[in-house]
Amino acid sequence: MARFRTWVSIAVAGALGLTLAGCSSTGGKRAEDARKAQQAQGKAAVDTPRWTIAMITHSGDGDTFWDIVQSGAEQAAVKDNINFLYSHNDEAQQQAQLVDAAVDKKVDGIIVTLAKPDAMKAAVARAEKAGIPVITVNSGSAESKRFGALTHIGQDETIAGEAVGEELDKRGKKKALCVLHEQGNVGHEQRCAGAKSKFDGRMTNLYVEGTNMPDVQSAIEAKLQSDPSIDSVVTLGAPFAATAVKAKEDAGSKAEIETFDLNEKVAQGLQDGSLGFAVDQQPYLQGYEAVDLLWLYKYNANVLGGGKPVLTGPQIVTKDQAAELEEYAKRGTR
Amino acid sequence: MTTTVPEKQPEPQLDERLLRTSPWKKLMGRPELGSVVGAIAVFIFFSVVADSFLRPASLATVLYAASTLGIMAVPVAMLMIGGEFDLSAGVLVTSSALISSMFSYQMTANTWVGVGVSLLVTLAIGAFNGVMLTRTKLPSFIITLGTFLMLTGMNLGFTKLISGTVSTKSIADMEGFSSAKDVFASTITIGGVDFKITILWWLALILVATWILLRTRAGNWIFAVGGDVDAARAVGVPVNKTKIGLYMGVAFGAWISGQHLLFSYDVVQSGEGVGNELIYIVAAVIGGCLITGGYGSAVGAAIGALIFGMTSKGIVFAEWNSDWFKFFLGAMLLLATLLNAWVRKRAEAIK
Repeated sequence: MARFRTWVSIAVAGALGLTLAGCSSTGGKRAEDARKAQQAQGKAAVDTPRWTIAMITHSGDGDTFWDIVQSGAEQAAVKDNINFLYSHNDEAQQQAQLVDAAVDKKVDGIIVTLAKPDAMKAAVARAEKAGIPVITVNSGSAESKRFGALTHIGQDETIAGEAVGEELDKRGKKKALCVLHEQGNVGHEQRCAGAKSKFDGRMTNLYVEGTNMPDVQSAIEAKLQSDPSIDSVVTLGAPFAATAVKAKEDAGSKAEIETFDLNEKVAQGLQDGSLGFAVDQQPYLQGYEAVDLLWLYKYNANVLGGGKPVLTGPQIVTKDQAAELEEYAKRGTR
Repeated sequence: MTTTVPEKQPEPQLDERLLRTSPWKKLMGRPELGSVVGAIAVFIFFSVVADSFLRPASLATVLYAASTLGIMAVPVAMLMIGGEFDLSAGVLVTSSALISSMFSYQMTANTWVGVGVSLLVTLAIGAFNGVMLTRTKLPSFIITLGTFLMLTGMNLGFTKLISGTVSTKSIADMEGFSSAKDVFASTITIGGVDFKITILWWLALILVATWILLRTRAGNWIFAVGGDVDAARAVGVPVNKTKIGLYMGVAFGAWISGQHLLFSYDVVQSGEGVGNELIYIVAAVIGGCLITGGYGSAVGAAIGALIFGMTSKGIVFAEWNSDWFKFFLGAMLLLATLLNAWVRKRAEAIK
């Protein structure tokens, strides 16, 4: 026991010593704090009562995309003097129960994603019966109006896919690969189908296990090795772009990597040329606008969109905009 | 494994198992005692920190959350008392819903036909688990892990093959849907508060399971095979039949849950249910089931499910960040198990 304690104290002392001795003059928490200090400090810009708005999404645990949506929503909540609550579950039944819980709490507004519309129908109806305005974001543009939501804010996945197909044609690509990382995601199928419909070349789908990165890499690698004529790989999520780049290098392929969604690494990749282009659906906007529109509705009965979804994308991002976006991606708003 | 300490017999002509014990001792020896204490503590805690927790509508939501889990936790607890695991229970719920929905849709049959077929197929999968286990003598952990993976793949593969997408087509406009919805997914309004019918299913399952465990020969068999298989076999307990029956019991629970999913949402997502099997086991363990078998109760598992429902929704009512939910769950699991072990020790000492 005594010996064990000695070892522990040596280890702790060593770790502390290393931390103090090895300060980094670049990056890290200090750089982040400096960036934060440059940003506008949040203070409520209105004097409306403090309403409570709950956002319930179909996100799994630890999803970077939804962090950005959240930070947009939180920023708007600060400005509009709103108490913002966020909860999520990737099981439809659990998500519906979370909406029920928000209705029980008698919140003043609900923001919900309709990735599994049929499962959310009853819960959304219950919210409306209780007189709580609902805005849908990100997924469910087809059902939003039918369920009686005020507005839908998001990207039409088919349109986004079509934009990719057109961009690939512009770049003179002939043979593309669409990498789907979530088996069973309807939006992903729509993206690849949309790209296929506008793309003059040939496009094939590749299903990978998105929760297992090494598996994603080896699958793309194998595909590129077996078919050297592939000149473009489209991934459907920012984290997978870097993996596709690795796979391409290991396979010795000439393919260009394109991706849906942005993050810091994608912005860097666009700058150094390892990525061709990215299609952004501006998740920050989805969170921000949803909160802001609920505030407008409560304050002034304003509704945006005229019964049509409000689209936040697709926005094609290339090397030209990458420098600016990298800074925003770093602070987690793009 | 519980071993009773031999002690001085006050009346030597009486077997010690037939001795009258005081109600207090009886209470101290109940497996679910620890979880009852835990449930009361969790309830009081959330009543204090979340002002909307005590609203009738909120409590109905909590009960609904507990019932959807409890319907599975009760048969899973029985299986664990019988000394086995079922890792395929989570995806079996989804399979059951998918079979029911796709059979009705593809055959253009009355939805009750789909419900019936689903019951048969689900029970067959349960029986398959049990038969494989008793025939191969492999640990149930391995057998059901294999079933779990196969079912996960089949859920996705068959749905895509038959429906062309990853979720089933809606059967809401088909004959028999509304009556099936009444049975599996209706809402009962009592005093202006909407209660889901799953709560009734849950209570019925608790009653049936408790009756089987405490009042029938089969219940004795379950405790016996979980406690010591060889001893049970030696005294003539039909070990294989009991284990196969227990797996079919879990399948029956999965069938009820699956039909509830289908008829509340008319569409089933094929990729769901993964990971829930562990939650069922957590509920059973919080409720006082021993992981080694031979000890536990259906009521305990139901209370474990109630604690889970209160925590998962209580965090929402308390407006906490839901990122921490799994942390609380893990901490609660450890605390509950320690509490259960302590209560059991005390009970042993009193005897």
